[in-house]
Amino acid sequence: MYSEKVMEHFRNPRNMGEIPDADGVGTVGNPVCGDMMTIYIKVKDNRIDDIKFKTFGCGAAIATSSMITEIAKGKTLEEAKKIGRSNVADSLGGLPKVKMHCSNLAADALHTAIEDYQKHKGTKR
Amino acid sequence: MSKAKRIYMDHTAGRPVDPRVMEAMLPYMQSLCGNPSSVHSFGQEARQALEEARTKVAESINAESKESIFLTSGATESNNMAIKGVAFRNKDRGKHIITSNIEHMSVLNPCKFLMTKGFKVTFLPVDQYGFVDLTSLEEELTNETILVSIMYANGEIGTIQPIKEISQMVHRNNAYLHVDAAAANGQVPIDVNDEGIDLLTISSNDMYGPKGVGALYIKKGIRLEPLIHGGGQERGLRSGTENLPGIVGFGKVAEIAKEEMPTESERLKKLRDKLIKGLLGPIPHSFLNGHPTKRLPNNAAVRYSFIEGESILLDLDMKGVAASSGSACTAKTLEPSHVLRAIGLKHEEAHGSLLLTLGKQNTEEEVYYVIRIMPEIVKRLREMSPLTPKELME
Repeated sequence: MYSEKVMEHFRNPRNMGEIPDADGVGTVGNPVCGDMMTIYIKVKDNRIDDIKFKTFGCGAAIATSSMITEIAKGKTLEEAKKIGRSNVADSLGGLPKVKMHCSNLAADALHTAIEDYQKHKGTKR
Repeated sequence: MSKAKRIYMDHTAGRPVDPRVMEAMLPYMQSLCGNPSSVHSFGQEARQALEEARTKVAESINAESKESIFLTSGATESNNMAIKGVAFRNKDRGKHIITSNIEHMSVLNPCKFLMTKGFKVTFLPVDQYGFVDLTSLEEELTNETILVSIMYANGEIGTIQPIKEISQMVHRNNAYLHVDAAAANGQVPIDVNDEGIDLLTISSNDMYGPKGVGALYIKKGIRLEPLIHGGGQERGLRSGTENLPGIVGFGKVAEIAKEEMPTESERLKKLRDKLIKGLLGPIPHSFLNGHPTKRLPNNAAVRYSFIEGESILLDLDMKGVAASSGSACTAKTLEPSHVLRAIGLKHEEAHGSLLLTLGKQNTEEEVYYVIRIMPEIVKRLREMSPLTPKELME
């Protein structure tokens, strides 16, 4: 069902956890749908300096969360905004068709976190 | 336990065939190749084997005669045959059918199909344990009601229905009672006579027989419209050359089950209760799905808050354990199981469900292994989940 890469990220998720003093936080999905994730980012010199995730959901939801933190880390905010669901899925060696909404979620959560940062930039949090 | 060992606890999804059954079937794939409809000796041998198997199936449910057993391709066909067959043949007596919210799809979907053909269908609610609401049943029965279809037991939550009580209600209103016993047959004794069942669905694989074989018991005097027209096999109700190896295997397994079920069910009940206790006891925010005692001997259905079922299955699989879940993410649809919703679980509660179904091969050692690894799995997933309350992880 899942590629070896998906299972590898599910087994050993990268950057799992919270950033207590995050510069931006994005939460998407909801427990009713069975998938919910929160992405935390730390921004330095317009780059994603640190990124972490917390996810409730299926194997694909966890693997895509883990994968997007790997892809986004070190990228400029403009670059990070361009990361889409297909990038995440492709990096994982593909996802089952019915699961594509999960990977959509990971990109959405990252974009929401960046928007959160940009909205609050310069204001004390 | 060695890492290479795999533990199968998904017996509701599929079972291995009993080696004695396989042995009984083999000759019918080779030398005994006749067609029961042929006049020569090969055909006569096949006919005899067919009728012997039919007798064994009849005896396993205490049917009045082997003539009331109609062999099919499995539970889905039997359910379709019972529901659509009774409806189309008896529509002059009424066009109302009653069933429940927790039936198998092979009951719900034929009922929904009949709604497009001018029949009225009532879907009865169930309580938190999954018992059909008998007050609603009493209220919904009218002289328009021709058929009531209620499952013997639910494979997903294990709950066993009070069939005898339901039957008395249905018969007071002169309707027929169809019972889908696919999840129950082979695990609990079923007596169509004593329990007042008019039509009964059973399947072979649920008793460790081959897949692709089942039967519909039809009480003498009840008339059905056939679904499959052809050469007139099964007394015109189910045409098509009989699947003889499968049917012989079904007969053999029905015979074995009748003999061995009492002992095996007692063994399974003990294992089940150990498993449930071990899955719930050490883990906070964990719950049982279904009723604590009125449940199938092999069924351990639980749920864990804050995590999702498919993730639990993947973690278990990595540790060699095969299980099942009612979570949306393991299904073709993205909706959680209709059964878990019907017993009143919220979507997020249903998503955290885990179903372990035991079988003949499972040992006490295996149950202890699963109990041992479970807290770690739940902890790992809860650490990842944004829903987990902070104080729980401290």
